Amino acid sequence: MQQHFPIDAATPCLALVGVSKSFPGVRALQGVSLQLYPGQVTALIGENGAGKSTLVKILTGIYQPDEGVIQVGEVPVHLQGAQDAFRRGITAIHQETVLFDDLSVAENIYLGHAPRNRLGLVDWRALRLQAQKVLARMNAGHIDADARLKDLSIANKHLVAVARAMSIDAKIVVLDEPTAALSAKEIGELYQLIEFLKKEGKAILFISHKFDEIFRIADRYSVFRDGALVGQGLIKDTTQNEIVKLMVGRAVGQVFPKRQAKLGDFALKVSGLSYAREFADISFDLRKGEILGFYGLVGAGRSEVMQALFGLTRPDAGQIELDGVAIEARSPEDAVAAGLVYVPEDRGNQGIVAGLPIFMNVTLPSLARTSKSGVLRLREEFELARRYCERLDLRASSLSQDVATLSGGNQQKIVIAKWLATSPKIIILDEPTKGIDIGSKAAVHEFMSELVAEGLSVIMVSSELPEVLGMSDRVAVMRSGRIVEIFENKNLAAETLVRAAAGIGA
Amino acid sequence: MSVSARHTPDRLDSGWRSRFLTWEWLLLVIAVAIFVANSLASPYFLDAYSLSDLTFNFCEKGLIALAMALLIISGEIDLSVAANMALCSTLMGFAVQFGWGTPNLVLIAIVVGTLCGVFNGALVTGLGLPSIVVTIGTMSLFRGISFIILGDQVYKGYPDNFGFFGQGYVWWVISFEFALFLVAALIFWFLLHRTSFGRRVFAIGNNQTTALYSGVNVRRTKFILFCLTGLMSGVASVLLTSRLGSTRPSLAQGFELEAITMVVLGGVAITGGAGSITGVVLAAFIMGLVTFGLGLLNVPGIVMSIFIGFLLIVTIALPIVWRRWGWLLKS
Amino acid sequence: MGGLRKSRETWLGLAILLLIGLITLRFPSFAAPSNLGEIFNDTAILIILAMGQMVVILTRSIDLSMAANLCFTGMAVAMLNAAHPGIPIIVLIGIAIVIGLALGAFNGVLVWKVGIPPIVVTLGTLTIFRGATFVLSGGKWVNADQMSPAFISFQRDILLGIPVLSWLAILTVFGFFIFLSRSSLGRFIYASGVNPTASVYAGINVGRTKFIAFCISGAVSGLAGYLWISRYVIASVEVANGFELNIIAACVIGGISIAGGIGSVAGAVLGALFLGIIGNALPVINVSPFWQMAISGTAILLAIVLNARGERKKGRIILKEAA
Repeated sequence: MQQHFPIDAATPCLALVGVSKSFPGVRALQGVSLQLYPGQVTALIGENGAGKSTLVKILTGIYQPDEGVIQVGEVPVHLQGAQDAFRRGITAIHQETVLFDDLSVAENIYLGHAPRNRLGLVDWRALRLQAQKVLARMNAGHIDADARLKDLSIANKHLVAVARAMSIDAKIVVLDEPTAALSAKEIGELYQLIEFLKKEGKAILFISHKFDEIFRIADRYSVFRDGALVGQGLIKDTTQNEIVKLMVGRAVGQVFPKRQAKLGDFALKVSGLSYAREFADISFDLRKGEILGFYGLVGAGRSEVMQALFGLTRPDAGQIELDGVAIEARSPEDAVAAGLVYVPEDRGNQGIVAGLPIFMNVTLPSLARTSKSGVLRLREEFELARRYCERLDLRASSLSQDVATLSGGNQQKIVIAKWLATSPKIIILDEPTKGIDIGSKAAVHEFMSELVAEGLSVIMVSSELPEVLGMSDRVAVMRSGRIVEIFENKNLAAETLVRAAAGIGA
Repeated sequence: MSVSARHTPDRLDSGWRSRFLTWEWLLLVIAVAIFVANSLASPYFLDAYSLSDLTFNFCEKGLIALAMALLIISGEIDLSVAANMALCSTLMGFAVQFGWGTPNLVLIAIVVGTLCGVFNGALVTGLGLPSIVVTIGTMSLFRGISFIILGDQVYKGYPDNFGFFGQGYVWWVISFEFALFLVAALIFWFLLHRTSFGRRVFAIGNNQTTALYSGVNVRRTKFILFCLTGLMSGVASVLLTSRLGSTRPSLAQGFELEAITMVVLGGVAITGGAGSITGVVLAAFIMGLVTFGLGLLNVPGIVMSIFIGFLLIVTIALPIVWRRWGWLLKS
Repeated sequence: MGGLRKSRETWLGLAILLLIGLITLRFPSFAAPSNLGEIFNDTAILIILAMGQMVVILTRSIDLSMAANLCFTGMAVAMLNAAHPGIPIIVLIGIAIVIGLALGAFNGVLVWKVGIPPIVVTLGTLTIFRGATFVLSGGKWVNADQMSPAFISFQRDILLGIPVLSWLAILTVFGFFIFLSRSSLGRFIYASGVNPTASVYAGINVGRTKFIAFCISGAVSGLAGYLWISRYVIASVEVANGFELNIIAACVIGGISIAGGIGSVAGAVLGALFLGIIGNALPVINVSPFWQMAISGTAILLAIVLNARGERKKGRIILKEAA
């Protein structure tokens, strides 16, 4: 690997100084500082919720920091928005491309700054030629500038996004989990692309949790935890294990209810569950009264497995046995009838019905129970809603309040209440405490303990290590669509989980 | 602190509901205003039989609007209702040529109407196609079939007792059409606002994904709504055909847009998720009042539609404008 | 985005050729250039209107008022011509376009500034415009004898072997093609429909883009207003009654997606031609014209089903082969 810039004696071309950002109930970033150097790759490492995506959004002008300064070169700047950041040479390439599938490659590269002719119209010929030139320089000349973006593979779409950055001679390129959907060969090509960008003097912020990648191409690293910078330095001066230690740390102030796990019979047995391109050979079992944690890095396929269990997708192969009876959930309706419920990660779009009041949200799956021959009985509905909302200690002024007006934590309680009201046997929680305040987090955890004490079984998909270690009886770790291992939670170390999830040897 | 300490309603109160009542009150005020204006403008208006005639104006479209309201609340739309009516009427007329009697004719209309709804429903829920273009297609198809069967002819010769539906009176000045409309309105009101089915319709219209994730059978619900809309089109076609006493393939032209206007005027959000039957009924009354009153003044139908068009736009614009600039007045 | 797109439009083009071919087998004179030219001329107005509707649909909107707009504008210029036969036709066409544009702008403002959904707005203006026609004309018609000879003959004059009407259609299509493929506004129209969020991030004013789309569809309706009136030599309140659905049908058959962002000029033209050919073919093969509506309805449904097949979302690949 050639480097044109001596690593130590470089001056940053972009710096964040003391940046903080909060959202209602959540401190996403606290006093964070970060420097990016031209011609070098800085790896941004941290768990989910550590603040990485907020940081990127601040860098690219989508969010404004509450405190702190962004400096381009030595000059503090105030980014007015995405367009402004782009014009200053800050570009980002995300996993999901924010480009236009139905426009051509050339158009996407030059959208917003297309070459014009004398009449002020787009000079289409010049657009194509320049696009081809940019692609050729990047060694991506095999991409047809006229091809529609949606016909390209994800790898090539990334290349187009990079070409867009090149077309404005961007100084800073943020790569957000770029290898998530790439094949081994395409990853190799991406590495070459990154080398090319380094040679061109771009500063690269590389967000990833794959340690082999980080150690292969990064020059520097910055580790985030819970919204704060906990360590940074040169890659050559550190080891994978040290970074893992920084990532994990010791969480302060998280109290997990002590409980005795009284395990009963098998509530759920899953064997050989597979779905093309998403997961394969998923086998595990679950006992009554047990909390099974599902840990893994983003994109490991955990939610996909849960959605298949819930009947949202039809697996290609595999068997699911609930309470000893084989079930085939072809829709959520079936799953709920069998006693398996799902609290989704995307609360706003999949968990609550904004626009309807609290009690209607809570009774939605239980209408058959509260109504009589199809006729609504409001008193029964209110009873049901009140009972479960009280159990979850919901903070609201009235059950007829619109659910959308509640905080994230309270909304989560509603979703859980909704499912509890169906008297389920198994409850799957997907990132149950993501983005909610400490108080509600504790409530949810305590609640989970109560549930299993009553004999329910819980599957908890979580990316927060303290939560996984504090609540689970066992932890299944997934990576790239498969279960790597299922650990007993006895003296289980966080590092073990992270290594398994990232695929690092001991 | 638990919720019960603060609030245990046995009836619904709260901002969510009262906001709706405002819309219906507004409609009621408008209805009364137009009623008064009509009686002032024309001496013929305040006559019992005259008022009864008024009802013929909106009952057929109103029946369709009732079902259409539920469909739109669920997030879909059906532009083929009028064409559906035409097809039902054409097939009834066809049967008349063979001497079929009234009960069978009604049966034909109901069956054909519902089948058209089934066809729409299958395409939209089964194949996942957008309802606006599907029903534009079926609109052409259904009316097209009527044209194939009937061409530029007219079917007449309906049996005498068939005329009862569209022309008969049930009690004093209450026409059969009006009575049927009221009964249907009650049924639909109950269905939408008092049953779990109706609750699911609201849920789907507000957030289809969450409804699905909450175990609601979205497909089946929407399919049923399309069938209902088809059924009501069949019923409406019986009434209209009976009132006109004849069938042409151009029957009920423009009814679909008037029915949708009734629905939207009645406070149903075109994007789905909110609305009430009371509002739709009031809107039907309003449209009937306007058209009838203007008719008494010999205003041509075309000009009447200007009023309806403006009414539609203004009533939709009002809440939006109020929300945006209302604070100016408050401060 | 030059030239014909793959798949959708090509299939449609082939279907049209097949249709022509089948008919020609039985009626050789069908494929005669003069006949085909006449079909094109007959379909010219629909093609022009489809251009305007296409632009609106691309931005995820819909315009149900185009036919009513056409009716009003046509009546206006017809009355103008009857009262002042000396006004040059070119000027009249210009006036028609301006009036149409103003009506379209009315739609656009309600969508952009007030935020009323396009379907509701155009549902309302559909009746308002047509009613206004009645008010404008006092319910009277404008007949052929009241129109100046130039008014009537303008579009019928032959220029280089092709009637002016066809030329206008060709020019309009060409103009829209250039506009959509080469101007940044054209790009914005596509972008707003494909991905409004990303468009906002890219600095595009989505609301204003929709407003302009409605102005365009209005202007196009204005032009079509003059053409329709002079072609059928009658101006009345009934003009183009129900035609808005033909326009939308042409776009849907042509592959313009109602969800916005997808569709091409070629597609809309082919969609209109498809309907035009069917309309012209029916009398030739001795099928009563009453079959026309049902056939176009079926064509629309087929087009939707087939186009929907083409849209498949590519999911993320999580599972790696033999990790």
